Amino acid sequence: MESQLADVLMLSRIQFAANISFHILFPTITIALAWFLVYFKVRHEISGHPVWMRIYRFWVKVFALSFALGVVSGITMSFQFGTNWPGFMEKVGNIAGPLLGYEVLTAFFMEATFLGIMLFGSQRVPSWVHTLSTFLVAIGTSLSAFWIIALNSWMHTPDGFEMIDGVAHPLSWWDIIFNASMPYRLTHMMIASGLTAAFLIAGLSAYRLLKGDQKLAPRKAMSAGIVVAALLIPVQIFVGDLHGLNTFEHQPQKVAAMEGVWETERGAPLLLFAWPDETTRSNAFEVGVPGLASLILTHDLNGEIPGLNEFEEEGHPPVKPLFFGFRVMVGLGLLMLAVSWVSVWLLWRRGNVPVWMQRVLVGMTFSGWVATLAGWYVTEIGRQPWLVSGVLRTADAVTTVPGAQVGLSLTLYLVTYAVLLFAYLQTLFYMARKSVEVEEFERHGDVDLDELEARVSGQSDNATPEEAR
Amino acid sequence: MNLTDWLPEIFLVLMGLAVLIYAVLDGFDLGVGLLLPMDNEPQRSQMIASIGPFWDANETWLVLAVGILLIAFPEAHSLVLREMYLPAAFLLIGLILRGVSFDFRAKAITGHRRLWDYTFKAGSLISSMTLGYMLGRYVLAFQPGLVAQAFAVLSAVCVTAAFAYIGGAWLVMKAEGDLQIRAAYWSRRAGWVAAIGIAAISIMNPLVSADVAERWLSMPAVFLLIPIPLVCLLLVVLVDQYLKQVPTRNDVGCWFPFVAVALLFVLSFLGLAYSFFPYVVPGQLTAAESASATASLQFIGVGVAIVLPLILAYTAFAYRVFWGKSTELKYY
Ligand code: HDD
Ligand code: HEM
Ligand code: HEM
Repeated sequence: MESQLADVLMLSRIQFAANISFHILFPTITIALAWFLVYFKVRHEISGHPVWMRIYRFWVKVFALSFALGVVSGITMSFQFGTNWPGFMEKVGNIAGPLLGYEVLTAFFMEATFLGIMLFGSQRVPSWVHTLSTFLVAIGTSLSAFWIIALNSWMHTPDGFEMIDGVAHPLSWWDIIFNASMPYRLTHMMIASGLTAAFLIAGLSAYRLLKGDQKLAPRKAMSAGIVVAALLIPVQIFVGDLHGLNTFEHQPQKVAAMEGVWETERGAPLLLFAWPDETTRSNAFEVGVPGLASLILTHDLNGEIPGLNEFEEEGHPPVKPLFFGFRVMVGLGLLMLAVSWVSVWLLWRRGNVPVWMQRVLVGMTFSGWVATLAGWYVTEIGRQPWLVSGVLRTADAVTTVPGAQVGLSLTLYLVTYAVLLFAYLQTLFYMARKSVEVEEFERHGDVDLDELEARVSGQSDNATPEEAR
Repeated sequence: MNLTDWLPEIFLVLMGLAVLIYAVLDGFDLGVGLLLPMDNEPQRSQMIASIGPFWDANETWLVLAVGILLIAFPEAHSLVLREMYLPAAFLLIGLILRGVSFDFRAKAITGHRRLWDYTFKAGSLISSMTLGYMLGRYVLAFQPGLVAQAFAVLSAVCVTAAFAYIGGAWLVMKAEGDLQIRAAYWSRRAGWVAAIGIAAISIMNPLVSADVAERWLSMPAVFLLIPIPLVCLLLVVLVDQYLKQVPTRNDVGCWFPFVAVALLFVLSFLGLAYSFFPYVVPGQLTAAESASATASLQFIGVGVAIVLPLILAYTAFAYRVFWGKSTELKYY
């Protein structure tokens, strides 16, 4: 019985991690890509230059595809609580429920409904209504992020509630929503989304250029991506630092694991590399900058950082995933800084981005995904063994469904996700290559890209206007 | 008694409403997926174009229904989803497959399009069958045993047919020419199966559950309730007669089958609702027993009162934008 429960717990955790990791890939793109689309559309409205419409048209397809994947994996998420974590809703449902409810009511319906008009309606509504729909979709995706991050942050730093008979009851919705870590996490996530979309746009546009695309559209789009990335990354690093300080205050055991600090230390070094070992409770192969961790976290070279051993009794998170996850994220952040600033400098000095840099940008296309996932793993694994810090342990929330059923569902999800991820990546690059071949005449106004494609390729099977999506 | 005391029942009604709207709206787009003819590519494209702008918002009603179950009745939410762990997983896989095929078919490498169309059809079938199966299990409160399982399988077939029925009716309204004629034919066939299914469930339900039998057959009620099956029967016959005539001259009344079948859905739903209110899980948990904290219901209630009318308004707006025959839908 014991081991059976342990299996269900393990399988459910893997399943939850797989589902949310798959889900987050797509919202991270769409939250910010929606705002990029608004920008492209508004540029077109103002200048009337068709190149903006063409950029819009290419990226709206990427958006539609990413959005669809986000929606279907999101629906899976909303069933997860009941199927695998019934204890979660029974114990903190009074708080989690309304927050999820507001997400459905204020965000999901709005984005889903106006998405239809945004994708198919441009011939049926006036241009400004179409622009407004694009804008409302962008508002919708950002609102989604707001509510879900509020809930997630509450799970890290719960506030504004009281426990009655072992069940959480709300006291102040303001305190629940704007809990201690929420402003930091929300800002950091929104900027992460901006960076992910910016590098995706820059990378895929650079890919088109490398494939011999002579048109103006990929050039303009690549510049937009690079400039936005260069603006966002310093802010992200700054916010990340604040976020870390906030975590240090509320979840010191998490920071101890991120920094690999075992014994409470004064003047702790910032470890560039080490191999944390949980059996000896120490690090091997330490390479570090003396005093720097203390300086960053306490703003004092001699500041004290509580070590993991202080938290041995109530349990602390596993150290390796946090230690390395954090380094992956920060490392990518620094890499993004270098790449985007050098690119901007080249753009400014030479007016274009040389081929070697285009190659680098292609390599960075999905760097946002990796950094985001690494960040979330740090955040979420760092909360273990708690599901809601100090209120509910993960092990107490798990379902009583037989392990075999969870194993089966997990297998189904994993296979589906692997296939879809492969198809998604393949399709993105295929779309980019196809747009290289399609001749776009510098005509005034809106040329229907699909019609052109059909004409050029001469295949009846290829997108006729009414079916393409 | 003031409003606060009625909150659980109010949320139960809201949840029912979300389920009903879901059944009608996603019903027609699932139905279109079920009917996808694998022998005719242009017709497939036309059919998919007719639901393109709507499917995402339609599916959101399911998210809302599950959401309300989770928000207002967490205990019932756990109980239901624990009982239906595997069906729920299959439902989700089905929904995932169909949701993404929409997009991939238009963008993927040309040779793969047919594959995505198959995926779309298969996803629609899996989703419809599991939805029907889950309904069947739910109605009998997850009773074990062969009879209950057989009932659920019957329900799976019947619900799938009902979706094909309303999907065909939708196409009669949105399409022209050959496709419209074909759709009328499909819808008619599916209608017969659906009608038999509804009749079978109406008869079996009171037989299997004593509570339900008492509600329907108690004395004054029975006279008020008898019209419901009669109206249903009438609708089925009228729709059948109309579909036989398609294409009508000037396309007169092309909306009729869709509206009539939607009404049929509403009546069947009211029948079920009457059988079970105020239970969230039939015979096991009432709304009041399983409701969340009053403060939580109030907080979300305010949101519902403000936002739901807005949602209905812009949903109506979206349907108006895409009013009429769907042949000229343009993408971007
Ligand atoms: C493009 C993505 C990206 C980049 C470049 C960075 N981060 Fe990040 N980080 C995230 C994306 C992200 C994230 C996915 O959005 C997380 C997970 C949860 C959250 O709030 O943000 C996160 C979490 C997260 C946490 C964990 C907070 C907690 O939950 O306790 C810290 C301390 C930092 N970040 C700090 C940084 C620093 C100092 C960076 C400097 C380079 C940095 N991040 C770059
Ligand atoms: C979006 C990016 C996210 C990622 C990549 C992510 C990743 C993870 C991972 C890896 C775990 C497992 C931790 C462990 O067991 O060691 C986990 C747990 C969990 N997370 Fe997140 N998470 C994300 C966001 C969220 C959000 C927004 C919520 C809440 C609304 C949430 C709720 C949970 C819950 C309930 C668990 C419990 C299951 C468990 O501990 O295994 N997560 N998450
Ligand atoms: C446990 C956590 C989560 C649950 C239960 C959940 C649930 C959902 C659901 C049901 C949808 C589909 C909505 C529709 O039908 O239109 C969705 C989509 C979406 N979710 Fe999540 N979600 C979770 C985590 C997150 C996180 C962490 C973010 C971002 C920070 C996020 C942002 C979005 C966005 C922007 C969409 C719109 C679709 C898209 O952009 O791809 N969600 N989510």
